[in-house]
Amino acid sequence: MSSNILFDPRTALLRNTLMLASSQTSSRKMSVGIPPQAQPALAGPMNYSGRRRVNDRTDTQPLWIDEMIRVRDGRDREAFAALFTHFAPRIKGYLMKSGADATTAEECAQDVMTTLWRKADQFDPTRASVGTWIFTIARNRRIDMLRKDRRAEPEDLPWGPEPEPEQSQVMEIQQESARLVKAIASLPDTQRKLIEQAYFGEMTQAEISELTGLPLGTIKSRIRLALDRLRHATK
Amino acid sequence: MTHRSITHHLDEATLLAYAAGTLPEAFNLIVATHLSLCDVCRADAHAYDAVGGALLEDTPSDMTNGSLDKVLASLDNGTTSSPAQKVGGDLPAPLHSYIGSDLSAVRWRPVGMGVKQAILKTSKGATARLLCIPAGSAMPDHGHNGTEMTLVLKGAFQDADDYFARGDIEIAGKDVQHVPVADIHEDCICLAVTDAPLRFDGVLPRIWQRFVGI
Repeated sequence: MSSNILFDPRTALLRNTLMLASSQTSSRKMSVGIPPQAQPALAGPMNYSGRRRVNDRTDTQPLWIDEMIRVRDGRDREAFAALFTHFAPRIKGYLMKSGADATTAEECAQDVMTTLWRKADQFDPTRASVGTWIFTIARNRRIDMLRKDRRAEPEDLPWGPEPEPEQSQVMEIQQESARLVKAIASLPDTQRKLIEQAYFGEMTQAEISELTGLPLGTIKSRIRLALDRLRHATK
Repeated sequence: MTHRSITHHLDEATLLAYAAGTLPEAFNLIVATHLSLCDVCRADAHAYDAVGGALLEDTPSDMTNGSLDKVLASLDNGTTSSPAQKVGGDLPAPLHSYIGSDLSAVRWRPVGMGVKQAILKTSKGATARLLCIPAGSAMPDHGHNGTEMTLVLKGAFQDADDYFARGDIEIAGKDVQHVPVADIHEDCICLAVTDAPLRFDGVLPRIWQRFVGI
């Protein structure tokens, strides 16, 4: 076990939680959540207003997954508050960079967080990190808001009587997502700016195709494996 | 269901633009339909979503005071999942709200040369249509002023050396001049999306184009 794991209570907690969950049988959606009263270590640095003394979150550990599972499975408002405090300003910033004024962006950010609460049961940690899932909700809201377009979503994958997904699968996707955050943060400024432009809607298709070198190889293959397992489990 | 493996995929730029949410509605539709049939591209699209998630970390802007309390006060304890998507029929789910779940629901209009089409209602910027090309027939020789994406839903077509069957998507840009020919075994039904009128070479096809609006 590396030293950063020893010094990060969140990681230790997540590991324990995952081990706990892997010893249980449950329905398809994995439940890594544990009741709030059973997690003094996590509840520690947070008060009810959701202010959190944030540790440096730039390492590659899975982020926010525990809060999200607590919202999903336990309807935990304190966990929601923590997610809101971190993500709402980021959603607002994203929408403003995409051309929304501050008031609209603020309202939409609140909407997106409300959607997170209402649709929490659709969060699947074998396919996306919390940040990724929130991004997709915010993006769809943005399309709605700026373009009034309908956005077609791919067909749901067959949702069969699959045994509980392996915890390693959850960890892989979560860790790959965290690694991606780090990799993108460490790209040279010019390249990161280009990617931002592509995502904030200031770039044409032709310009996008000039973009190369996104560090996506590993996460793509992990997600492919996860989908593959899902398809095979439901055949 | 056994899936024939798909050999013609979406390109990276389109997947990125889909994840970014910057495509016109008609292209969104064809991408979502292809992803419904192609797990390889679906995984890649998820990866581009993850890039969006990563960029989100970078862009905080202060919320107004009291916004958290306001939202907390509005939450109830239930979840409202979207109604379960209907899967099945011979059309992938993304097309259902545009057409219906089944090809029998399509209101075809003959457009000459045995070809039938149905234009789907999408916002401006690009046009989506279903095309039905009779078995063994060719589309008139044409080039492109913009991008044309063609996704096979039923049957197959041959374009020069490439064979496109259900789930395969052909992306033709300005440099492509082609004569797709429907496979002889059955009529070929495609979803085709264009962001600019096609360029037909023959005089007759050009007159035809005026009536069909392709």
